Amino acid sequence: MTAVYVALAAPFLAALLGLLGGRRWPGLVVPVAVGGTTAALVAASVLGGRVVLDAPLSLRVQLADVPTGGPPFGIDLRADGLAAMVSVAVCVVALCVQVYSTAYLKGDPRYSSYAALVSLFTAAMLLVVFADDLMVLLVGWEVMGVCSYFLIGHHWEQEAARAGAVKAFVVTRLGDVGFLFGIFALVRAVGSFSIDEVVRSGVGTERTATVATLLLLCGVVGKSAQFPLHTWLPDAMAGPTPISALIHAATMVAAGIYLVVRLFDVFLQAPTTLAVMAVIACITMLGGALAALGQDDIKRVLAYSTVSQLAYMLAALSVGSAVAANFHLLTHAAFKALLFLAAGSVIHAVGTNLMPDMGGLRRLMPVTFLTMTVGLAALAGLPPFAGFFSKEAVLGAAEETARHGNGVAAAWTGWLVLVVGLITVAVTAAYVTRLWLMTFLGDRRGAAAAHESGPAMRWPLLALAVPSVLLGIVGLRDGWLPRWATRGDAGEVAQASLHVGLATSGVSVLLAVAGAAAMWLAWRRNPAADPTAALRARPAFERAFWVDEMYDRGVVGPVRGMARAVLRADDEVVTGAVRGTGRGATGLGRLVSLSQQGNVQTYLTGLLAGVLLLALGVVTLT
Amino acid sequence: MPLLMPVLLAGLLFCIGVYGVLARRNAILVLMSVELMLNAVNINLVAFDVWLRDELLAGQVFTLFVITIAAAEVGLGLAIVLLVFRNRATSSLDEMTELREDAA
Repeated sequence: MTAVYVALAAPFLAALLGLLGGRRWPGLVVPVAVGGTTAALVAASVLGGRVVLDAPLSLRVQLADVPTGGPPFGIDLRADGLAAMVSVAVCVVALCVQVYSTAYLKGDPRYSSYAALVSLFTAAMLLVVFADDLMVLLVGWEVMGVCSYFLIGHHWEQEAARAGAVKAFVVTRLGDVGFLFGIFALVRAVGSFSIDEVVRSGVGTERTATVATLLLLCGVVGKSAQFPLHTWLPDAMAGPTPISALIHAATMVAAGIYLVVRLFDVFLQAPTTLAVMAVIACITMLGGALAALGQDDIKRVLAYSTVSQLAYMLAALSVGSAVAANFHLLTHAAFKALLFLAAGSVIHAVGTNLMPDMGGLRRLMPVTFLTMTVGLAALAGLPPFAGFFSKEAVLGAAEETARHGNGVAAAWTGWLVLVVGLITVAVTAAYVTRLWLMTFLGDRRGAAAAHESGPAMRWPLLALAVPSVLLGIVGLRDGWLPRWATRGDAGEVAQASLHVGLATSGVSVLLAVAGAAAMWLAWRRNPAADPTAALRARPAFERAFWVDEMYDRGVVGPVRGMARAVLRADDEVVTGAVRGTGRGATGLGRLVSLSQQGNVQTYLTGLLAGVLLLALGVVTLT
Repeated sequence: MPLLMPVLLAGLLFCIGVYGVLARRNAILVLMSVELMLNAVNINLVAFDVWLRDELLAGQVFTLFVITIAAAEVGLGLAIVLLVFRNRATSSLDEMTELREDAA
């Protein structure tokens, strides 16, 4: 349990120190930030090591009970295999990002608050990972959201960063409202905020489970950037690239998936929710991949690819395989963080985000080229890279559900996920190839003289390239990932074990190769041009199917109009009434003051008349 | 003696006083009109005192008070009028309107 405390406290203290003293002792910022994250990584590794060596791990601690009007909630923490695995992934990526940022943001005037916020984010994410109480989890969840907001807006002097930060905050908040009410629904049904309690006792009727899980799904869809709330993630790319790697690719957006895994027993009670999840996942998966095909900004390609890959995890959950989702979460964290950091290295070197201005960087940046190639191969799902195995796990689970059923998810969801997943594999390979070709091959376009990045940026890339290659292997044997990520009962392990079907593997590899080959042939014709330029549907891809525009028309416009109407009502009706009262009183006073002429005798005449009138009134009325 | 006569006389004097206070322009005449009003009240006090056969003669005592106060008041009033006249060479009330509200 000490390891859990250390993992939570170290980055939090680092954040506190960084925020309070970062300005006064600038020399301490880097050691504090890197040290805090390193301590957390060591602690998480201890947990992970224990899981690997003598699984299963199950630690629970209740630090305090907080009485409320209703069921009390407790400061409960838990460390089990799943939490240990995810915490190691979080800490590895966080440490890589901290080290990388020392070079990437060298000389940035706000580096100290940036590093502190990254530490705070790490602490919050670990709190989510280790939370055993829905309220504690919510606290971590919201702190992550705030950190994300601040870090997207790091370059707040740029309009795009400000707008992206606000958009991310508002859109995820929209989902979080549902999330909060989902928690309330669960607590009402179970009578406890404890996740352990909720999972163990179940929610009762299917109807309650459906309502609660659908509400929770709102939060998941918001946080994990799934359709229809995915629009914030591409705009969040206005933040610094290491932030995109940590928060908007590897960890925070995966928190939604992690939450579903945590509460998966409740989700299994609600087949309707699983079906909704499958549909959302399929729309997002394919839509995100197609949108990635039309982007010119290298970070936006990766952002849409993140959206699409998160949808794979959600799809795995919707067909009832939490382990496959978890597996893909871990491998995706590794290779997507690598991809973003490599993209950051490229951007740092050439000074632009736009792929049409890159090209030919292969010889100039060999380390970046090599590591990015590894990451892209993993993303495309080429064997033997990590992404291949985890994607196979997802597709295998879908195939299993489609063909044999698993008693929870409907067979049609299995078919849907399988078919859409396979199509997406081809599209993924296509956009991955396009990114690779446009960035690294061909002739150098654009003026800036590119060069390889420094060691602080190279080493994190190499460190992340290792799991991007090797992490797939841990899913191969029942005794490894399935045992680590569950409670370790034999039956459960067997159920959770990954189904890698030869048929799906063969088809998916063929499709990936076909997608990549198509893109390569298109590029061969004119290496200087965008290989998708000739596509008829490219405008739709580039604008991501005009979802943003639809929101503008359907939501932003009407809300703005309403706000204007309210403003006008306030200006003209409310303010008018207030001003009118004042103006009326002033006018009346001016009228009365006309009688004040300074002639005492006139006043006295008025006084006498008044007295006479009063006397007359008293006499006649009584 | 019937009450009617002194009360009528007092009412007449009071009305003349009121008219003088409201209508005369000269400050001194206005002061004199105030005296008329006070004396009308005095007549009333004495008349009712007699008519009610008050043992303590409260009406007459009050009259003495009023006469004293009236003397003091006239002294003060004439002094003020004198000062105003020295300053402005006029004692017309119509011209003393400095305290009015100027139309904003």
